[in-house]
Amino acid sequence: MHEEIPPRLHVPEPAIRAGDTPDFSHVTIPRAGVVRRPDPDAKPEDMRDLAFSIIRVLNRNGEAVGPWAGSLSDEALKDGLRHMMTLRAYDARMLTAQRQGKTSFYMQHLGEEAISCAFQKALRKGDMNFPTYRQAGLLVAAGYPLVKMMCQVYSNEADPVRGRQLPVFYSSKEHGFFSISGNLATQYVQAVGWAMAAAIKGENKLSAAWIGDGSTAESDFHGALVFASTYKPPVILNIVNNQWAISTFQGIARGGAGTFAARGHGFGLPALRVDGNDYLAVHAAAAWAVERARRDLGPTLIEYVTYRAGGHSTSDDPAAYRPKEEGKSWPLGDPILRLKAHLIQKGLWSEERHSQAEAEVTDFVIAAQKEAEAIGTLHSGNRPSPREIFEDVYAEMPPHLVRQRHEVGY
Amino acid sequence: MARMTMIEAIRDAHAVAMEADPDVVVMGEDVGFFGGVFRCTAGLQNRFGVQRCFDTPISELGIVGTAVGMAAYGLKPVVEIQFADYMYPAYDQIVSEAARLRYRSAGEFTCPMVVRMPTGGGIFGAQTHSQSPEALFTHVAGLKTVVPSNPRDAKGLLLAAIADPDPVIFLEPKRLYNGPFDGHFDRPTESWSKHELGEVDPGYYEIPLGKAVTLREGAAATLLTYGAMVHVALAAVEESGVDVEVIDLRTLLPLDLEAIIASVTKTGRCIVLHEATLTSGFGAEVAALVQQDCFYNLEAPVLRVAGWDTPYPHAQEWDYFPSPDRVKRAIAKVMEG
Repeated sequence: MHEEIPPRLHVPEPAIRAGDTPDFSHVTIPRAGVVRRPDPDAKPEDMRDLAFSIIRVLNRNGEAVGPWAGSLSDEALKDGLRHMMTLRAYDARMLTAQRQGKTSFYMQHLGEEAISCAFQKALRKGDMNFPTYRQAGLLVAAGYPLVKMMCQVYSNEADPVRGRQLPVFYSSKEHGFFSISGNLATQYVQAVGWAMAAAIKGENKLSAAWIGDGSTAESDFHGALVFASTYKPPVILNIVNNQWAISTFQGIARGGAGTFAARGHGFGLPALRVDGNDYLAVHAAAAWAVERARRDLGPTLIEYVTYRAGGHSTSDDPAAYRPKEEGKSWPLGDPILRLKAHLIQKGLWSEERHSQAEAEVTDFVIAAQKEAEAIGTLHSGNRPSPREIFEDVYAEMPPHLVRQRHEVGY
Repeated sequence: MARMTMIEAIRDAHAVAMEADPDVVVMGEDVGFFGGVFRCTAGLQNRFGVQRCFDTPISELGIVGTAVGMAAYGLKPVVEIQFADYMYPAYDQIVSEAARLRYRSAGEFTCPMVVRMPTGGGIFGAQTHSQSPEALFTHVAGLKTVVPSNPRDAKGLLLAAIADPDPVIFLEPKRLYNGPFDGHFDRPTESWSKHELGEVDPGYYEIPLGKAVTLREGAAATLLTYGAMVHVALAAVEESGVDVEVIDLRTLLPLDLEAIIASVTKTGRCIVLHEATLTSGFGAEVAALVQQDCFYNLEAPVLRVAGWDTPYPHAQEWDYFPSPDRVKRAIAKVMEG
């Protein structure tokens, strides 16, 4: 006879809340360089361990160590630093612009700059990202004009999406950046479809799906993994685990799973888990997955372990649900400072050059901002015509929309 | 010309489109090797290969979601949801993504795809094999919604839908797959081989989206309908002895308002007929437009005949499915006004 116990609802809770002292002692961080690098044609079942560790290249002294080191040239590393610094400066200016009422909304990338900036450098023209709202580094690293990004945020007359989308919902086919939607996770399964199309056409292009830790709970995440598992198209399934989904800690989405990367194994997909604040590790993992895709070896799932250092958005106050200083005690540090230390260690950079670069980047961003604001902001200057409300609903405007447009007077 | 069932006409439309355009790709549950549970894609995989016509996992959001990505790449996916009743898991992808992709990217990304789904009742399909969810699509800006009522239209409309640069929801009344059905369930079923609208051109032709067709000219009243109800309407009008004009809308959005206004202006009376539930159904939109644009020509209130505001029942099939008798009563009533 066994004793029956009434069930109790198990609701995961973060160990630390606002007012407590930050504590990441429960996060196991392997030393840099210790995680093995299998051949890209390795079988998923032979690399299960990689879903439960963290691939890291940069050690505490700023040295690049281990089998994942060496995927980038000196010039590429300096480019990478500049991209991350640009994104951070851009975020700072746009955050302030929102506070000044020049736009309605903004979402920053603070602490997550390495992931999108480094990933983009593993792609080539013709590849397509299906990003969330927190991967603008893909655009920065792809050379998309900062002025255009700002015009989108300001919804002015030069906004490429004609003022129809919320700020930060960019779109650029040319730069391999799929139009962002407010509906979470929808793009994850679309990325798989895009890669299926490349496979059907036999064209050497790949797609990259992007999702946050919280959104992995959406059914589209599951649908994407099923279709990726079935058809094995050239898609890279990225999960940015920044620990937080607005106020909800990642344990709510992850539940009993060891890691988000581990979910890949249930679908027969190889999975990597990577230090998201290590520019070199992100690039090396991306390059590994890209090689798999280019050799028609199938999809790869990658979890980037990072920390959302800023608020979720300009409408959020993280002090209400987590310690204010938690970001500063995050054990994987700051991606910009870590790459900077590496460049200094290599003799390619110095404190002076860094200060100079900071000033240059700030000047560059301010100049772009002036240019964008000269065109207009959400509440002043040149705004998209009301006529734009009715365009692009369909390729050709049907009679009922022509009638409604006339009612507005256009 | 050859006589075809609606199934054969739909299958033929697929084959003609796939032959003409290598970017047309067909996928869905059981559509590949087996050729579809209604046989609408039979033979396509054999003819065009597994890269062009293939089976999918049972995931409606996966089918539509991957199709959105494929369409964004440049393919023209023609996907099947096995029953319209099962489209709900894909609704987010249809409404939030497919319908808005062109708009939100200012034309940079587009979604030229067709989502086919068997719709409607009259087959003892009960709650989850009989629904008519068209109003859930016509309410969505960015979608076109089409419901054919015969083989000739089905082929021409499907080819036009595939050629269309925007997402099209293509609802196929499964009660009409093998033959027309006028609602007289106690009489022998007709076959399309005996019906003139079963005459289908084997080559490529389009029936333009957004154009209604007058199937019976009349002067006393206008009956606006689509899908399976077209045949119920025609039978009811003949039995009523009243000279009612019957218009098959064919495309619900964009709606052929000109044809509707011309007819109602002439007759002064209007009935809207559909299988779907009454409240907030597509008939409400049509009735509102008619009263707005034909108010001074109307001699009676606009009437609606529709499915009851209940889930679709099993045993009570023929008390639910709008019958010729209900239509005749509506005709009598509108003539009193």
